[in-house]
Amino acid sequence: MLTLKCPYCGVDADETDLHAGGEAHLKREGPGASDDAFEDYLFMRENPKGVHFERWRHAYGCGKWFLAARCTTTLQVFGTYPAQTLEPPQDIKDAISAQRPGWSWGNFK
Amino acid sequence: MSNAVSALNGKVAAGEVTIREAGLRGMITLRGDLNDSKIKSVCTGLTGVDFPTVGQANCVGEKGLCWMSPDELLILVPYAEVNDALAQIAKILKKKHHLAENVSDARALITVEGAYAREVLAKLAPVDLHPDSFAPGDFRRTHLGQAAAAFWMRDADTFEVICFRSIAEYVFDLLADGAKAGRVGYFD
Repeated sequence: MLTLKCPYCGVDADETDLHAGGEAHLKREGPGASDDAFEDYLFMRENPKGVHFERWRHAYGCGKWFLAARCTTTLQVFGTYPAQTLEPPQDIKDAISAQRPGWSWGNFK
Repeated sequence: MSNAVSALNGKVAAGEVTIREAGLRGMITLRGDLNDSKIKSVCTGLTGVDFPTVGQANCVGEKGLCWMSPDELLILVPYAEVNDALAQIAKILKKKHHLAENVSDARALITVEGAYAREVLAKLAPVDLHPDSFAPGDFRRTHLGQAAAAFWMRDADTFEVICFRSIAEYVFDLLADGAKAGRVGYFD
Protein backbone atom coordinates (compact mmCIF):
# COMPACT_ATOMS: atom_id res chain seq x y z
CA MET A 1 0.00 0.00 0.00
CA LEU A 2 1.37 3.38 -1.02
CA THR A 3 1.04 6.51 1.05
CA LEU A 4 1.82 9.71 -0.83
CA LYS A 5 1.90 13.20 0.62
CA CYS A 6 -0.36 15.48 -1.38
CA PRO A 7 1.70 18.65 -2.04
CA TYR A 8 -1.48 20.77 -2.05
CA CYS A 9 -3.26 19.48 1.07
CA GLY A 10 -0.12 18.51 2.93
CA VAL A 11 -1.80 15.31 4.12
CA ASP A 12 -0.52 11.75 3.81
CA ALA A 13 -3.01 10.30 1.39
CA ASP A 14 -3.60 6.60 1.26
CA GLU A 15 -3.48 4.85 -2.11
CA THR A 16 -7.26 4.38 -1.93
CA ASP A 17 -7.64 8.18 -1.81
CA LEU A 18 -5.60 8.51 -5.00
CA HIS A 19 -5.93 7.79 -8.68
CA ALA A 20 -2.89 6.71 -10.69
CA GLY A 21 -2.24 8.73 -13.83
CA GLY A 22 0.67 6.96 -15.50
CA GLU A 23 4.08 8.27 -16.34
CA ALA A 24 5.08 11.81 -15.41
CA HIS A 25 6.94 14.42 -17.45
CA LEU A 26 5.58 13.33 -20.83
CA LYS A 27 6.12 15.89 -23.54
CA ARG A 28 2.92 16.23 -25.48
CA GLU A 29 3.46 16.03 -29.24
CA GLY A 30 0.85 17.69 -31.38
CA PRO A 31 0.38 18.95 -34.94
CA GLY A 32 3.73 19.46 -36.62
CA ALA A 33 5.46 16.72 -34.66
CA SER A 34 7.32 14.02 -36.52
CA ASP A 35 5.73 10.58 -36.73
CA ASP A 36 8.46 9.14 -34.54
CA ALA A 37 8.00 11.76 -31.83
CA PHE A 38 4.25 11.30 -31.88
CA GLU A 39 4.58 7.53 -31.65
CA ASP A 40 6.94 7.98 -28.72
CA TYR A 41 4.48 10.24 -26.98
CA LEU A 42 1.53 7.94 -27.56
CA PHE A 43 3.01 4.53 -26.92
CA MET A 44 6.52 4.48 -25.54
CA ARG A 45 6.76 4.42 -21.76
CA GLU A 46 9.51 4.01 -19.25
CA ASN A 47 9.21 0.70 -17.48
CA PRO A 48 11.98 0.87 -14.92
CA LYS A 49 12.91 -1.47 -12.16
CA GLY A 50 13.80 1.19 -9.62
CA VAL A 51 13.38 4.95 -9.68
CA HIS A 52 10.19 6.06 -11.41
CA PHE A 53 8.19 9.26 -11.81
CA GLU A 54 4.44 9.09 -11.90
CA ARG A 55 1.35 11.28 -12.04
CA TRP A 56 -1.19 10.85 -9.27
CA ARG A 57 -4.46 12.58 -8.56
CA HIS A 58 -5.75 13.21 -5.04
CA ALA A 59 -9.14 12.01 -6.23
CA TYR A 60 -10.98 11.72 -2.92
CA GLY A 61 -9.28 14.81 -1.53
CA CYS A 62 -8.55 18.12 -3.20
CA GLY A 63 -8.86 16.65 -6.70
CA LYS A 64 -5.52 18.03 -7.87
CA TRP A 65 -2.86 16.27 -9.92
CA PHE A 66 0.63 15.97 -8.52
CA LEU A 67 3.81 14.06 -9.34
CA ALA A 68 5.58 11.46 -7.27
CA ALA A 69 9.07 9.96 -7.38
CA ARG A 70 9.23 6.44 -6.06
CA CYS A 71 10.96 3.11 -6.44
CA THR A 72 9.01 0.43 -8.27
CA THR A 73 10.80 -2.44 -6.56
CA THR A 74 10.70 -1.36 -2.92
CA LEU A 75 7.75 1.09 -3.10
CA GLN A 76 9.96 3.62 -1.31
CA VAL A 77 8.67 7.13 -1.95
CA PHE A 78 11.37 9.75 -2.54
CA GLY A 79 8.99 12.69 -2.63
CA THR A 80 6.00 14.37 -4.23
CA TYR A 81 5.75 17.74 -5.92
CA PRO A 82 3.19 19.88 -7.76
CA ALA A 83 2.50 18.98 -11.38
CA GLN A 84 3.33 22.42 -12.80
CA THR A 85 6.93 21.60 -13.57
CA LEU A 86 8.84 20.20 -16.54
CA GLU A 87 11.37 18.27 -14.51
CA PRO A 88 11.75 17.04 -10.93
CA PRO A 89 12.82 19.76 -8.48
CA GLN A 90 16.39 19.61 -7.20
CA ASP A 91 15.44 18.53 -3.68
CA ILE A 92 13.64 15.48 -5.09
CA LYS A 93 16.65 14.64 -7.27
CA ASP A 94 18.92 15.01 -4.25
CA ALA A 95 16.68 12.75 -2.18
CA ILE A 96 16.87 10.08 -4.88
CA SER A 97 20.64 10.45 -5.30
CA ALA A 98 21.08 9.95 -1.56
CA GLN A 99 19.26 6.61 -1.76
CA ARG A 100 20.04 5.43 -5.30
CA PRO A 101 23.43 6.85 -6.37
CA GLY A 102 23.86 6.93 -10.13
CA TRP A 103 20.15 6.68 -10.92
CA SER A 104 18.77 7.84 -14.25
CA TRP A 105 15.31 8.01 -15.73
CA GLY A 106 14.61 9.24 -19.24
CA ASN A 107 16.67 12.41 -19.62
CA PHE A 108 16.94 12.97 -15.88
CA LYS A 109 19.74 11.90 -13.60
CA MET B 1 -42.68 26.81 -1.64
CA SER B 2 -41.86 23.16 -1.31
CA ASN B 3 -41.14 21.70 2.09
CA ALA B 4 -37.42 20.96 2.22
CA VAL B 5 -36.55 17.65 3.87
CA SER B 6 -33.03 16.48 4.71
CA ALA B 7 -31.65 13.20 3.37
CA LEU B 8 -32.60 10.98 6.32
CA ASN B 9 -35.03 13.33 8.03
CA GLY B 10 -33.14 13.49 11.29
CA LYS B 11 -32.50 9.77 11.73
CA VAL B 12 -30.71 8.88 14.97
CA ALA B 13 -28.76 5.80 16.03
CA ALA B 14 -28.38 6.32 19.76
CA GLY B 15 -25.69 4.66 21.81
CA GLU B 16 -22.45 5.35 23.58
CA VAL B 17 -21.53 7.08 20.34
CA THR B 18 -24.61 8.60 18.78
CA ILE B 19 -24.94 9.00 15.02
CA ARG B 20 -27.39 11.72 14.07
CA GLU B 21 -28.41 13.03 10.70
CA ALA B 22 -28.10 16.71 11.43
CA GLY B 23 -30.92 17.96 9.25
CA LEU B 24 -30.80 20.76 6.75
CA ARG B 25 -27.72 22.92 6.51
CA GLY B 26 -26.92 25.60 3.99
CA MET B 27 -23.78 24.77 2.02
CA ILE B 28 -22.20 26.89 -0.68
CA THR B 29 -19.31 25.75 -2.83
CA LEU B 30 -17.13 28.71 -3.66
CA ARG B 31 -14.36 28.38 -6.22
CA GLY B 32 -11.90 31.12 -6.94
CA ASP B 33 -8.55 32.53 -5.87
CA LEU B 34 -8.52 31.90 -2.13
CA ASN B 35 -5.70 34.42 -1.66
CA ASP B 36 -7.88 37.20 -2.98
CA SER B 37 -8.75 39.70 -0.25
CA LYS B 38 -12.31 40.28 -1.52
CA ILE B 39 -13.07 36.57 -1.55
CA LYS B 40 -11.63 36.29 1.94
CA SER B 41 -13.63 39.20 3.28
CA VAL B 42 -16.96 38.06 1.82
CA CYS B 43 -16.48 34.60 3.35
CA THR B 44 -15.54 35.86 6.77
CA GLY B 45 -18.30 38.47 6.60
CA LEU B 46 -20.95 35.83 5.89
CA THR B 47 -19.89 33.42 8.58
CA GLY B 48 -18.17 35.50 11.24
CA VAL B 49 -15.27 33.03 11.51
CA ASP B 50 -11.63 33.35 10.53
CA PHE B 51 -10.59 32.34 7.03
CA PRO B 52 -9.25 28.76 7.20
CA THR B 53 -5.69 27.86 6.32
CA VAL B 54 -4.79 24.76 4.28
CA GLY B 55 -6.64 21.68 5.52
CA GLN B 56 -8.52 23.54 8.23
CA ALA B 57 -12.16 24.20 9.04
CA ASN B 58 -13.42 27.02 11.23
CA CYS B 59 -16.95 26.34 12.36
CA VAL B 60 -19.06 28.02 15.01
CA GLY B 61 -22.64 26.86 15.46
CA GLU B 62 -24.25 26.42 12.06
CA LYS B 63 -21.77 28.68 10.33
CA GLY B 64 -18.32 27.88 9.13
CA LEU B 65 -15.66 27.85 6.44
CA CYS B 66 -13.95 24.67 5.28
CA TRP B 67 -10.85 24.45 3.07
CA MET B 68 -11.71 21.98 0.30
CA SER B 69 -8.82 22.44 -2.14
CA PRO B 70 -6.38 25.21 -3.17
CA ASP B 71 -9.18 26.91 -5.09
CA GLU B 72 -12.32 25.69 -3.36
CA LEU B 73 -14.03 26.61 -0.14
CA LEU B 74 -17.16 25.28 1.52
CA ILE B 75 -19.27 27.92 3.21
CA LEU B 76 -21.68 26.68 5.87
CA VAL B 77 -24.66 28.81 6.83
CA PRO B 78 -28.12 28.10 8.25
CA TYR B 79 -30.32 26.55 5.57
CA ALA B 80 -32.70 29.51 5.43
CA GLU B 81 -29.89 31.97 4.77
CA VAL B 82 -28.38 30.35 1.68
CA ASN B 83 -30.10 32.48 -0.93
CA ASP B 84 -29.26 35.70 0.87
CA ALA B 85 -25.66 34.56 1.20
CA LEU B 86 -25.45 33.72 -2.50
CA ALA B 87 -26.89 37.10 -3.42
CA GLN B 88 -24.34 38.81 -1.22
CA ILE B 89 -21.47 36.82 -2.78
CA ALA B 90 -22.68 37.63 -6.28
CA LYS B 91 -22.89 41.32 -5.42
CA ILE B 92 -19.51 41.65 -3.74
CA LEU B 93 -17.61 39.40 -6.14
CA LYS B 94 -19.31 40.81 -9.24
CA LYS B 95 -16.06 41.69 -10.98
CA LYS B 96 -14.04 38.77 -9.61
CA HIS B 97 -13.63 35.46 -11.42
CA HIS B 98 -15.44 33.03 -9.15
CA LEU B 99 -18.13 30.39 -8.95
CA ALA B 100 -20.59 30.07 -6.08
CA GLU B 101 -23.20 27.35 -6.05
CA ASN B 102 -25.83 26.26 -3.58
CA VAL B 103 -25.13 22.59 -2.82
CA SER B 104 -27.25 22.32 0.34
CA ASP B 105 -29.68 19.83 -1.15
CA ALA B 106 -26.93 17.76 -2.79
CA ARG B 107 -25.33 16.87 0.52
CA ALA B 108 -26.11 15.32 3.86
CA LEU B 109 -24.62 16.26 7.20
CA ILE B 110 -24.17 13.62 9.89
CA THR B 111 -22.82 14.14 13.40
CA VAL B 112 -20.91 11.48 15.32
CA GLU B 113 -20.99 12.26 19.00
CA GLY B 114 -19.59 10.39 21.97
CA ALA B 115 -16.53 9.33 23.88
CA TYR B 116 -14.96 7.17 21.16
CA ALA B 117 -16.29 9.05 18.10
CA ARG B 118 -12.68 9.28 16.96
CA GLU B 119 -12.46 5.50 16.73
CA VAL B 120 -15.67 5.20 14.74
CA LEU B 121 -14.18 7.44 12.04
CA ALA B 122 -10.80 5.73 12.27
CA LYS B 123 -12.41 2.39 11.47
CA LEU B 124 -13.75 3.73 8.18
CA ALA B 125 -11.27 6.26 6.81
CA PRO B 126 -7.62 5.85 5.74
CA VAL B 127 -6.67 8.79 7.92
CA ASP B 128 -4.38 9.08 10.92
CA LEU B 129 -6.93 10.07 13.56
CA HIS B 130 -4.60 10.01 16.54
CA PRO B 131 -5.34 13.00 18.81
CA ASP B 132 -1.86 14.34 18.01
CA SER B 133 -2.53 14.26 14.26
CA PHE B 134 -6.19 15.21 13.97
CA ALA B 135 -7.72 17.77 16.31
CA PRO B 136 -10.62 20.21 16.32
CA GLY B 137 -10.02 22.62 13.45
CA ASP B 138 -8.61 20.00 11.09
CA PHE B 139 -10.63 19.16 8.00
CA ARG B 140 -10.19 16.11 5.82
CA ARG B 141 -11.70 15.03 2.52
CA THR B 142 -11.39 11.30 2.05
CA HIS B 143 -13.63 8.27 1.84
CA LEU B 144 -15.61 6.33 4.43
CA GLY B 145 -15.92 2.73 3.29
CA GLN B 146 -16.60 3.08 -0.41
CA ALA B 147 -18.08 6.57 -0.30
CA ALA B 148 -16.53 10.00 -0.69
CA ALA B 149 -16.95 12.10 2.44
CA ALA B 150 -15.37 14.90 4.41
CA PHE B 151 -15.22 15.45 8.14
CA TRP B 152 -14.03 17.78 10.82
CA MET B 153 -14.27 17.96 14.60
CA ARG B 154 -16.62 20.32 16.36
CA ASP B 155 -15.06 19.48 19.70
CA ALA B 156 -13.03 16.67 21.25
CA ASP B 157 -15.95 14.20 21.16
CA THR B 158 -17.91 15.34 18.13
CA PHE B 159 -17.29 14.86 14.43
CA GLU B 160 -19.33 16.37 11.64
CA VAL B 161 -19.39 14.36 8.43
CA ILE B 162 -20.63 15.51 5.04
CA CYS B 163 -21.35 13.22 2.12
CA PHE B 164 -23.48 13.20 -0.99
CA ARG B 165 -27.19 13.02 -0.27
CA SER B 166 -27.68 9.94 -2.45
CA ILE B 167 -25.35 7.87 -0.25
CA ALA B 168 -26.40 9.33 3.10
CA GLU B 169 -28.08 6.09 4.16
CA TYR B 170 -24.95 4.05 3.39
CA VAL B 171 -22.67 6.42 5.28
CA PHE B 172 -25.10 6.60 8.20
CA ASP B 173 -25.25 2.80 8.42
CA LEU B 174 -21.47 2.51 8.22
CA LEU B 175 -21.06 4.94 11.09
CA ALA B 176 -23.85 3.34 13.12
CA ASP B 177 -22.32 -0.13 12.68
CA GLY B 178 -18.89 1.22 13.61
CA ALA B 179 -20.33 2.76 16.75
CA LYS B 180 -22.34 -0.33 17.67
CA ALA B 181 -19.24 -2.53 17.42
CA GLY B 182 -17.89 -0.67 20.42
CA ARG B 183 -14.66 0.84 21.63
CA VAL B 184 -11.31 -0.51 20.50
CA GLY B 185 -9.24 1.55 22.88
CA TYR B 186 -6.53 2.22 20.34
CA PHE B 187 -6.26 5.92 21.12
CA ASP B 188 -6.54 5.56 24.92
